[in-house]
Amino acid sequence: MTTQTIEKDSEQANRPSDLPESPVAISCRQISKTFYEPVKGSRSWKNGFLGRKRPLKAVDQVSFEVFQGEVFGLLGPNGSGKSTLIRLLSTLLLPDSGRLTVFGYDVSKDQHQIRRFINRVSVEASFFKKLSAMENLRYAARIYGLPQEEGREKALSILSRLGIDQEKAHTSLENLSRGMQQKVAIARALMTSPTLVLLDEPTTGLDPKSKRDVQEFVEEVMDTHDATIILTTHDMDEAERLCDRIAIIDHGQIVALDTPQGLKDHVGTNSMEEVFFRLTGKSWEDVLADENHE
Amino acid sequence: MKITSELNAMYAFVERSFSLIRRYIAWEAVFLFYNVVNTLTIGLIGFTVNDPAERSEMVLFLVVGALFWGFMSVLFEEVANSITWERWEGTIEYTFMAPIRRVTHLAGMCMFAVLYGIFRTVVVLTAVALFFDLNLEKSNLFSALSVLIVASPAFMGLGLIAAVLPLLSPERGTQATHIIQGVILLVSGIYYPVTLLPGWLQPLSWISPGTYALESARAALLKGATLSDLWPQLLILVVIGAVLIPFGLWIFSVAEKYAMRTGKLKRNG
Repeated sequence: MTTQTIEKDSEQANRPSDLPESPVAISCRQISKTFYEPVKGSRSWKNGFLGRKRPLKAVDQVSFEVFQGEVFGLLGPNGSGKSTLIRLLSTLLLPDSGRLTVFGYDVSKDQHQIRRFINRVSVEASFFKKLSAMENLRYAARIYGLPQEEGREKALSILSRLGIDQEKAHTSLENLSRGMQQKVAIARALMTSPTLVLLDEPTTGLDPKSKRDVQEFVEEVMDTHDATIILTTHDMDEAERLCDRIAIIDHGQIVALDTPQGLKDHVGTNSMEEVFFRLTGKSWEDVLADENHE
Repeated sequence: MKITSELNAMYAFVERSFSLIRRYIAWEAVFLFYNVVNTLTIGLIGFTVNDPAERSEMVLFLVVGALFWGFMSVLFEEVANSITWERWEGTIEYTFMAPIRRVTHLAGMCMFAVLYGIFRTVVVLTAVALFFDLNLEKSNLFSALSVLIVASPAFMGLGLIAAVLPLLSPERGTQATHIIQGVILLVSGIYYPVTLLPGWLQPLSWISPGTYALESARAALLKGATLSDLWPQLLILVVIGAVLIPFGLWIFSVAEKYAMRTGKLKRNG
């Protein structure tokens, strides 16, 4: 293998020693999360001009398990609770009830331990866009505790694998295409050798070529990294191609969970889009229209 | 995590922030130009005094106020706006899910604020020194520098407390930090003695670290006060810093938990 390829063995060597040996990477038990939205026009002297708020149940009694090394897909229309689940797993959100553990650590109590194992690629690349890819990666390496030289070597190697040359690596990110930015985001996530990678709609809004590049890179990661991957996506083909199992989520609840073939068999169809429509009552066009309105 | 890793993580914020300044260099030049002009304008008010000796003292009085306020504002703003800045850039979620202690994150921002504040103050001081023929023969520059250092933790503590506001209210929090800054400006005797404040406002000047920092700095630069002359004010500044920094860190951790419970720890509030 060349130096540009990520070695599975070296990944295993980097595996944190305090990572439990249990086959379960994520255990989600009866997790619920409610947000409170202000009601427009409800401010009055009676409520001290604070206004009224209405509850919005984002995740409702959700339970599932994800096994180590698995690629687990979360499919659902906008507002179904996918992103809330990802943010709960990212330790950016606390659940209202239930128990959510990542490698045996509780997201409500052990955030610092969990953060050492995870990294995330979100739908919008969260970068300092005025800074170059290398500057952003150097920042990431420092806050993830990587030695500078190791961080630099890893960053250059992954960037090179993704077709980002030295010159582009030192260009301000705002001058790179969305596809290129998303590749840098993936490079940044992998640089820290996470044991759990959260891919939150990594290909949404990308042109077909960039989308294919990113998907191929995710496949390479699956083959070469010893990581568990959670993937949320709006792309049925992508979900079918990449995921070992898929959970379909709607109105904050998981309505089906199985392998792609299992879901198709269950619904009695050969199309994942048909599966999605039958289980959520929403056509794919509706989902994409919702997305365009956001 | 080892100490070297913590220091490395802390330095990440210093390096990142200076890199951003380099990338926003045009903005930086404009802000610095405004700072210089603002300080010169305030200093020129001293020229309304007829007596040359009193005029020189008045100019120095005002310039010291402007310079110290400039430094303290940088400390306060950079720490207070660190959350706003991350939210604006869209990196807040990435930074908050990184495996670093919050104290390391905030200490990094404070370290950057001090270095950046010193840089800006030196630039403005150089411009002011060239513009006004300041008489610093009586000044004790060592004491003045010591005041700057001793006063810094108190302003960082205020910044930490103010940084909570954008965390709690993404839309209005940043504006609210200006209220805190405005009150400190009003009650700390930046451009006038605090004795000129209305009686009902004066108690606020007693708890503002700005009051003691300015009194001490002016005593050092206008009257050549030594550290032994200034120790009561310096002690108060140390005590205020020792109270405000842990309080700021504690209130920030409470606010972070609240933001994690209510879903405010995200780029769009």
